[in-house]
Amino acid sequence: MISNAIIRTNRFVSRIFSRVDAPLLLALVAVMLVSLLVQSSAGKDPLHAVFAQGSRFILGLVILLLLANTSPAKLRAWTPWVYAFTLSLMPLVFIFGSGRSANLWLNLGFFYLQPGELLKLSVPMMVAWYLNKQVLPPNWKTLLVCAVIVAVPFVLIAKQPDFGTGVLVLASGGFALFLAGLQWRRIVIFVALVAAAIPIGYQYLMPYQKDRINVFLNPESSPQGAGWNIIQSKIAIGSGGFWGKGWGLSTQAKLDFLPEHTTDFAFSVFSEEWGWFGVFVIFCIYLFIIVRSMWMAINAKDSYSRLLAGSLALTFFIYILVNGGMVAGFLPVVGVPMPLISYGGTSAVSLLAGFGLIMSAYAHRKYLSD
Amino acid sequence: MAAFLKNQYLEAELFRQRSILSIAIAVLMMCLLASGYFVLQVIKFEDFQKQADSNRVKFKPTMPARGLIYDRNGVLLADNVPAYRLELIPEQVENIDLTIKQLTALVSLLPDDIKRFNRARGNSRSFLPITVKLRLNEQEVARFSINRHRFPGVEVVPYLTRRYLYGDLLAHVIGYVARLDVDDLKAMGDERYSVLSHTGKTGIERAYEEQLRGTIGYEEIETNARGRSLGVIKRHISQAGTDLRLSIDLELQKATVAAFEDKTGAAVAVDPNTGEVLAMVSLPSFDTNLFINGISTLDYQTLSTDLSQPLFNRNVRGGTPPGSTIKPFVALAGLESGLRKPEDSIYSSGEFFIPGQRRGYRDAHKGGHGVVNLYSSIAESVNTYYYKLALDMGINKFDAYMRRYGFGQPTGIDLIGEVSGIVPSPEWKRKRFNQPWYTGETVIAGIGQGYWVVTPLQLAQGTASLANGGQLIPLRLVQQKRIGLNQPWQRQAKPASKSIGASAQQLLAINRGMQMTMHSPRGTGYAIGANAPYLIAGKTGTVQKVSRKGNISLDPKNLPLNLRHQALFMGYAPAGAPKIAVIVEVEHGGYGASSAAPIARKMMDAYLLGKSKRTVENSP
Repeated sequence: MISNAIIRTNRFVSRIFSRVDAPLLLALVAVMLVSLLVQSSAGKDPLHAVFAQGSRFILGLVILLLLANTSPAKLRAWTPWVYAFTLSLMPLVFIFGSGRSANLWLNLGFFYLQPGELLKLSVPMMVAWYLNKQVLPPNWKTLLVCAVIVAVPFVLIAKQPDFGTGVLVLASGGFALFLAGLQWRRIVIFVALVAAAIPIGYQYLMPYQKDRINVFLNPESSPQGAGWNIIQSKIAIGSGGFWGKGWGLSTQAKLDFLPEHTTDFAFSVFSEEWGWFGVFVIFCIYLFIIVRSMWMAINAKDSYSRLLAGSLALTFFIYILVNGGMVAGFLPVVGVPMPLISYGGTSAVSLLAGFGLIMSAYAHRKYLSD
Repeated sequence: MAAFLKNQYLEAELFRQRSILSIAIAVLMMCLLASGYFVLQVIKFEDFQKQADSNRVKFKPTMPARGLIYDRNGVLLADNVPAYRLELIPEQVENIDLTIKQLTALVSLLPDDIKRFNRARGNSRSFLPITVKLRLNEQEVARFSINRHRFPGVEVVPYLTRRYLYGDLLAHVIGYVARLDVDDLKAMGDERYSVLSHTGKTGIERAYEEQLRGTIGYEEIETNARGRSLGVIKRHISQAGTDLRLSIDLELQKATVAAFEDKTGAAVAVDPNTGEVLAMVSLPSFDTNLFINGISTLDYQTLSTDLSQPLFNRNVRGGTPPGSTIKPFVALAGLESGLRKPEDSIYSSGEFFIPGQRRGYRDAHKGGHGVVNLYSSIAESVNTYYYKLALDMGINKFDAYMRRYGFGQPTGIDLIGEVSGIVPSPEWKRKRFNQPWYTGETVIAGIGQGYWVVTPLQLAQGTASLANGGQLIPLRLVQQKRIGLNQPWQRQAKPASKSIGASAQQLLAINRGMQMTMHSPRGTGYAIGANAPYLIAGKTGTVQKVSRKGNISLDPKNLPLNLRHQALFMGYAPAGAPKIAVIVEVEHGGYGASSAAPIARKMMDAYLLGKSKRTVENSP
């Protein structure tokens, strides 16, 4: 009886894990461990931070496992409903939302849910779902529908205001189209349109966003104000040197010179404590995750899985690029976390869920049905 | 229907191409990002490390107590007393101008204070405190304390302020400290010195500033972003300033000032054997305490526009033709050069002519002094003797001897800004006026008139050299130093002296002439020297800067300061074993014999006779 149960459990476990891509999971776990190191060093209450972040990672890993074991066919069938559901959460944020500078969170009693984070998954799913049904490369009509699929959530998210998440949602849609083979000519036209829209768009930015851009162009213009974060972040990174100051020895974070050092600027703390060597190692791990994910996407068997996995992988890359560039002062400050390293529940969970989707696409390549 | 047209293979191939392109771009971008981090963390590392350190490490300076100043007998002359000052830390104050305006209601802030504050503000780092006002009175401290919560970043800070116990008595010796200003700070080259509230501006306070100041200590404090200190990383202990013991004898200084009554002028007394200055007076004087915590504009204007120039240190920066007080030196030059022997006599007819010239040079007595030798020429101050001697010697030789006696160069006193005076010479005249030298100028140089400028200090040093056997000793005000209350006093090394080249015999002859001045009935100083219980060697002098003819109607008191009569005296006592050399200069004082010599006599009395009454060496 007991042995039977054990055997059954074993079989269940091995079947569950057979869908998981071990190298990718290993790389993700490595980044998560780094995150726990950073959180335990930077935070006011390290034990609590590690526990909270750790429990989200576990929740995220469970969801990753579940999604990896879900067939792309099922996922595809649910896609329109998922999209509709996540989109419908957005108006609730405007009514019940909470947050310091922007209403990003829904209080679910046990968990603060950030609907914007869910859209980071559901938007590329929806675009992939739609593109899967169209002839590729996409024609003008397809393009227009995709634009609507992306633009509606983007506008809602940007209104919150959460420009960072908006950019990532926009990017995920764009990457799906790019990977679907959007013609270069149209890409050029699109890029030109965006470039032309920048000066107009600038007028509609919130004052704090204008500040961020001005500060990016000249941080010294406001060393005590908006420029403070970026100046202090650069000092943190630069003073880390090649080998870093060592774990727990970040003076910039410990003495509160660096604001938001557990969230948006967590990577500055990491850079300060682990130096360029640490940065290089973590970049290698990140790059491995991206390349591995893209390789898995290439090997998926249907357009939906491919586009979804590819778009999620490239969006992950954008996270790193934007956050890594922003904390070092190479890019303007945009509220994009360093994936898995920055403190943040919904973000971690949705990222891991995304990798669940990627693994699903890869694991089910043999049982393709279309 | 669309699905029928889908070409799975083509789509997969398209995806593969785009994916590979994306991967390539991602790899490239990550490399760029990593290089960016490399620039920050490796190439610019040191710069950022410095910034991180200056972020977290703040310096909290601790102020050393300024060195104390005593007189030669251990009487305290300058010390430090506790006071309160108002400070503002710019980075902790939101609206500085408004804060200052609000503070005016609690603390009396004059426009001077605000101007000074604004000047300091522009030059200071924002986390360093800036003094708003020094020396708050009790009411101001109380008023501010009650309202303190309204002024974050503004604080009342206790500190030590300077106090001069004999402010106007020693104004031109000790000088004064005043508020440290931006330029002082720049000269010190270390912003940590901004905690010093004072710095020496004149006199001993300035000349010995670095030693009196001591060494600033500081604590390296780790602070967080809100400026809260989290602990001391390192402590550098401050070192109190060096205490100074002056050679000044306070009682003699007092007696000298008293002897001047209301006259203006200068007097110097030195110990001829050591070069130590026993008294140094420049009158009128002022209370140096006015300057310590910021003199008001009104007070300063009053002092600086006063025609009698109370702020002017006559001993160090002044100067006058020496008149007849130069005669002992000229006589000595005559002996040294071999042109004269003491007994060589000449005839004084009342007027002296350069051979071949018609202009007469007068004696003080209208009918002349008759036959005079070196002794009587000094005692009776016979001009003709010196006209002829200077003419015989020639200006170049004359000039060389006078320089050997210390004229025309600083005495090397330990004060800043000492002037050199002028020994007339053709070379000097050519440089100064680009004019040729006339023989007549040699003649009047022989009686200390013409282009001559001698500072009181130079005359005192020269007089001392006549008294001490011919040694020219640099004058000194600081006699001893100690590096802490419980440390022993250390005597300053006697500075290297120079021989003036005269033999004992020659000096004895001069000494005899100078004694006759004071003690022989025909001597110009007989009225002063006759009743002295000790022997005095001396010489009087009167400098009439305006010729008698034509200007008689001028009231001397309306003349510019540099044209007024000067009464002079130089001398030492006891004549046999000199203990004190004295020079006195009284501005618009009539004749040397009647106005300068009595002051010198009182000084000598005070020093030589009064000493027994004084408690000796009551060291603090």
